[in-house]
Amino acid sequence: MKRWIPWIIAVGALGLALSRLAPPADRGFAVSDFGRLIVVFNGRVQPFDSVARNSLLQIRGKQSLHEDGKEGTLDAMSWLLEVMFRPELADARRVFRIDHPDVKALFELPLQPDAAVHDDGKHYAWDQLRDAFPKFREQVAPAQKKEGSTRTPYEQAVIRLNNAVTLYLRLQNTVQPMLGKDFPAEVADYQASIPAGVAAFQAKERGVAFDTNALAQVLKHCQRFLAMQDMEPPLVVPPHHPEQEHDNWMRMGEALLESSFPVALLKDLVGEEPLPQAEVDRLVAQAGTVPMNPSISHFTKLDEAYRAGDVAGFNRAIADYRATLAMPYARELTKAGRETVFYRAEPFMSAMVIYIGAFLLVCAYWTGFWELARRTAWTLVGAAFLIHTAGLLSRMLLEGRPPVTNLYSSAIFIGWGAVGLGLLLERFWRNAIGLAVGSLVGFATLIIAHQLSLSEDTMIMMRAVLDTNFWLATHVTIVTLGYAATYVAGVLALFYVVLGVLTPVLDDGVSKSLTRMVYGIVCFATLFSFTGTVLGGIWADQSWGRFWGWDPKENGALIIVLWNALILHARMGGLVRDRGFNQLAIGGNIVTSWSWFGTNMLNVGLHSYGFMDAAFKWLLAFICFNLVIIALGFVPTVNWRSFRAKPATGKGPGPGPGVRPGKPRPVAA
Amino acid sequence: MLMRVLNFLSSLRLTVTLLAFGIALVFLGTVAQEPMGNYLVQERFFKCFYVDPVALNAAFRKASHLVLLNLDPLPNEAYLVRPRIPVFPGGYLIGGMLLLNLLTAHARRLKFSWKKSGILMTHAGLIVMLLGQVFTDLLARESQISFREGETRDFSEDFAKYELVFAHDIPGTGREQVISVPESLLPTGGEVRNERLPFTIRIREFHANADLPRRKPMVDTNREPAASQGAGVRLLIDAQPEVRDMEHKNMPAAVVEIAGTQGSLGTWVLSPLLRSQEFQVGSETWRTEMRPLRYYEPFSVTLLKTTHEIYRGTDIPKNFQSRVRLDNPATSEHREIDIYMNSPLRYAGLTFYQYQMGREQLAAGGRPTSTLQVVRNPSWLTPYLSVGLVFFGLLTHFLIMLTAFIARSTKSVRPVTGT
Repeated sequence: MKRWIPWIIAVGALGLALSRLAPPADRGFAVSDFGRLIVVFNGRVQPFDSVARNSLLQIRGKQSLHEDGKEGTLDAMSWLLEVMFRPELADARRVFRIDHPDVKALFELPLQPDAAVHDDGKHYAWDQLRDAFPKFREQVAPAQKKEGSTRTPYEQAVIRLNNAVTLYLRLQNTVQPMLGKDFPAEVADYQASIPAGVAAFQAKERGVAFDTNALAQVLKHCQRFLAMQDMEPPLVVPPHHPEQEHDNWMRMGEALLESSFPVALLKDLVGEEPLPQAEVDRLVAQAGTVPMNPSISHFTKLDEAYRAGDVAGFNRAIADYRATLAMPYARELTKAGRETVFYRAEPFMSAMVIYIGAFLLVCAYWTGFWELARRTAWTLVGAAFLIHTAGLLSRMLLEGRPPVTNLYSSAIFIGWGAVGLGLLLERFWRNAIGLAVGSLVGFATLIIAHQLSLSEDTMIMMRAVLDTNFWLATHVTIVTLGYAATYVAGVLALFYVVLGVLTPVLDDGVSKSLTRMVYGIVCFATLFSFTGTVLGGIWADQSWGRFWGWDPKENGALIIVLWNALILHARMGGLVRDRGFNQLAIGGNIVTSWSWFGTNMLNVGLHSYGFMDAAFKWLLAFICFNLVIIALGFVPTVNWRSFRAKPATGKGPGPGPGVRPGKPRPVAA
Repeated sequence: MLMRVLNFLSSLRLTVTLLAFGIALVFLGTVAQEPMGNYLVQERFFKCFYVDPVALNAAFRKASHLVLLNLDPLPNEAYLVRPRIPVFPGGYLIGGMLLLNLLTAHARRLKFSWKKSGILMTHAGLIVMLLGQVFTDLLARESQISFREGETRDFSEDFAKYELVFAHDIPGTGREQVISVPESLLPTGGEVRNERLPFTIRIREFHANADLPRRKPMVDTNREPAASQGAGVRLLIDAQPEVRDMEHKNMPAAVVEIAGTQGSLGTWVLSPLLRSQEFQVGSETWRTEMRPLRYYEPFSVTLLKTTHEIYRGTDIPKNFQSRVRLDNPATSEHREIDIYMNSPLRYAGLTFYQYQMGREQLAAGGRPTSTLQVVRNPSWLTPYLSVGLVFFGLLTHFLIMLTAFIARSTKSVRPVTGT
């Protein structure tokens, strides 16, 4: 029976993770059906569900909404429906997270939570922010002018809130203009006003008498739709003829205006983007000739039914709309369905939870040497690795890309590589160290990935220069594996020092095998980081004719290569023995973190694609931690708990007492 | 004594020291980029034998931000001073010493054996790479071609260097004769004479970087116009500090006096900011301008069509593409090629990359423009060779070690046996 316990637990964990694949049953409005409809946002076709989840994540830091003192939680898609169709309800939802007291003060928000009005002291509704928002906006531009690492926490909070509000307002303008009472009626009224309004405008352009009332009537609507367009909401209206212009999705504002005066003409009229006169004449002549896009009526029906609480009508409208998309966008709809499942399953979240559980079991193994704990940790890390792999592959299939395309996916992939290496080490040595490293690095990198996902869509499109699967598959994948390997070596070495100094675990056998593991992995890391770095140079040569431009990211990768080479040569030359070798390997954590994140924080270079101010302090903390452990390693080995028990025989892993570290010694056989 | 030097030069201790210095140099050169700009950093950290105190100071000040000790950066002008005081080894010194270290080590210690074959291959790859980079630094030349749709170019222009040109039409041929004076001659002042020029050019003033604001006669009463003839009559010269980073360009300005056989014809201001100016010498009309230095080629490229796509609803660029026609009369080559990101055109020892794209002002016709980066780098293949050698070298070496390790560990007993 005991043999089976680890397997039963692992299968249970897998089962729990898999259970999240099942679609939730909609009671009432077919929210999840709506979530599978498609829209173009951030340059890519995606399900509404992804827009909802990513937006709520960026605004509130969570994929669902739970308000203090209110029953139940609201899922992201239901929230987005409110934002789009019943903004007056959404405006009262406490979605904006504000922590900084000075920002609260700007809006005159209460500083302390107040249960009586369901105030948790952290989350606030647009209704509470709206009035003072113009005053808040004055704070934004100066904060944006400053470079990231010099921003004060207050300025960071200002920028964060501004981004959240901007996104919220963009979403609110997806279907209907701001402060609308009755969208279907507004569209009907607009449609009725077009013929007379356009005729009046054309007459005015010709310089003959025209009906000022008719023109004012149509322009009143146009103004509202143009303002809607300017907010840059998602592109929600499919083109008139998908078979000819498959990708030309439009924003609602643009689609509405198309039937009277196109956006370009209006922008010329208000003097924003002047056009050549010939173009103006052409647009004026064509005004009012384009029929209303048929998809608009689907949205007015959805709006009407949602507002009226007409569940059957809403669900029928979804089905009708989906039917019109089914033929031309079959591929996109299928993909969107898969993406919805992927986001709902949150494989990386499941994997993260299992990794931390496995790590706790490893700690239990070390305190009591319960083999059962180690074997359970082994099956659990295996299960989490399977989930991690499945998530990684799903992302690759959804994006049609190699594993690493941005900072977020590099975190996922570094974790994956580290866990894979950890499992491999465990397969050879079976002393729980591989498991400890794998689960710890896996957990840490998935946390980092989660934090990165809070700032933008993780499947955002690639800029032209990065848009090449060949180089993403070779340079990026290989260099990221080099990062992963350097981290694994560094964390193994951390265990060497920590376990050696503080615990009795590091006996001769463990010490030898740990050092061997570190050595093997540093070799692996050298191979991958060198090859990856030079391939990056070759990519640069292919794209702009410079093999090496001394760009910060390139330099960071070069430092990793040099560091790994230094470690190997120092060992080969006998300049360091086991202890010094491990201390140097811990340094690998520092140089890799510098290359991975530090170089993105310098605000220069072609690779500064993701900037995170808060991460900077974490990076410093991590570097300090590693320095402390390196320093801890200088404690004379006679005082290490692992070696204290035995008399120093000189056979120990570190240099014996009286031997100066750094004194050259013959190469150990 | 010689043995001691050789022992030192071939020692692993030196390798490790040099690698450590290399790491420190790359780090300092990275942090110094924000204040100094990439170009200056390359000149004063990597492509030199030593780092000067100003550059090192700039790096330290920026590095202080990383430990939350925000020291103020040096003023921009400070970077123009380059004291000849070595305070840290530069890229050439470290790279050169590593090369020497590697070569002496191989000559003295690392004899060939199959066991060492991986190491030898790796080190050979590194030598190729280091030498390749030296050749690149010495031989590579970067320039660019900027043109509108429909235009043809048989030259590319330098990013930073300029030339003074004097041109006049050769009667009856429809061609013009062009005499070019390189910018490098200008700072020294003096006179320029050429048998093809019916006049003498005297360099009266030169500024490596200058603005040319319009002179307001009512306000600037105490400032003379920049020149007595041409556009300079209505302009002033405001000298600016030189810039040395990638984002900004120097706009030099020169005041030249033209003297014919009859004596001085007056002074002209010349700058890339100004268009071509005309003047009369006897019966001939001459044109003069200061323009980016041109490199002529025996073939031409014509920009046929530009494609500039962004992802809908965003400003993320999706594709930049220039369709060009290549005409080489010497080889009778006439073909059309697409140049886009990650797909350059390699031809006649030059490589053409898609660099920028734009659209000129609507008033000027609104035609799309494209800029190609043109690179001549005879040693562009060395990294390819190097990465192959090092990759297979390291792979061989580690596989040899891994097999030895596995052979050993199967003989010995596993530390913990599984159940």
